[in-house]
Amino acid sequence: MSADEQPGGRPRVPAAPRRSPWRRLVRAGRPRATRGQLLAGLLCAALGFGVVVQVRSTDSSGLEDLRESDLVRILDDTTERGDRLADELRGLEATREQLTEGSDSAQAAERAAAERATEYGLLAGTLPASGPGIVATVSDPGGAVRSTHLIQLVQELRDAGAEALQVGATRVVASTAFADAPGGVLVDGATERAPYAVTVVGDPDTLSTALDIPGGVRETLRQAGAQLAVQTSPAVQVSALHVLSAPQYARPASPEPSADQ
Amino acid sequence: MVAALGLLVGIVAGVLLHPEVPVFLQPYLPIAVVAALDAVFGGLRAVLDGIFDDRVFVVSFASNAVVAALIVYLGDQLGVGSQLSTGVVVVLGVRIFSNAAAIRRHLLNA
Repeated sequence: MSADEQPGGRPRVPAAPRRSPWRRLVRAGRPRATRGQLLAGLLCAALGFGVVVQVRSTDSSGLEDLRESDLVRILDDTTERGDRLADELRGLEATREQLTEGSDSAQAAERAAAERATEYGLLAGTLPASGPGIVATVSDPGGAVRSTHLIQLVQELRDAGAEALQVGATRVVASTAFADAPGGVLVDGATERAPYAVTVVGDPDTLSTALDIPGGVRETLRQAGAQLAVQTSPAVQVSALHVLSAPQYARPASPEPSADQ
Repeated sequence: MVAALGLLVGIVAGVLLHPEVPVFLQPYLPIAVVAALDAVFGGLRAVLDGIFDDRVFVVSFASNAVVAALIVYLGDQLGVGSQLSTGVVVVLGVRIFSNAAAIRRHLLNA
């Protein structure tokens, strides 16, 4: 193919006695317009071109010039890696779901707690209340109204489903105490004077009916010389607030099993 | 001189054009390049031996490249492409080394 196959190469001895190989190289390299020189130049150009192209394509080698076994290995690797990543993805998604659910239930608990706090605030009188109800005014020109009258009035209203209640400027709650005072009635330590305006949130019809029953509040007040005026309204405001103080003695009883027996 | 110039021109052309190697040629181009390299070393050795012949050079250059590519193609068809191309590269490498040794002996007398 190459030097070995030069025709008559081996038996022939170079004609010139012993020229320096360097000089021979220079002489061969001297540019002459022979066919051999041109062809050699052309082929060498092709070789240089091929070398550069191949080097470039090796540099930017993608998957396209890999062999089948290499491709199979790479595919296996990639598949395995994809599986691993998919596993990881599933785990992370499960974690995210748990976290979302957790925050959902936390939000729900928070909402429920807020609702309960509102209910308790209304019951304990720490929140202003509004809604349908009545305003019952007890006018007492003779100064005959005692604390028992107001207690009876409040009891009757509670019996009829009063949800929020205030006498004068004092909120009436579970712990509210009534006592007689000169010129008026002490409600939770505050003196209320006639006329006593009792504002109640509840079903207006039930409340006003409860006050009118025979032998009830209205009759008792009339016998004592006082007047009861009832005014129903679709929206009354119970805006007086009760100030809570932390219980000094009472503690929650621990719900131990033995406590049931 | 013309050959060296041609090599330079080819390299410059490859750098400037940076053509895409067609997919069907991709496994065979490196082998063909190595085979052509072998032919060039053989030609250089023939020059130093004083027996250079342009026709032989052209034919050996082309046939080297084509036969090497053909062998690799055959190997790919038989399922031993990578082994066979390794074998071809080894053989051509050995030939390049022996040609280089002959050239060295001529030029350096060593």
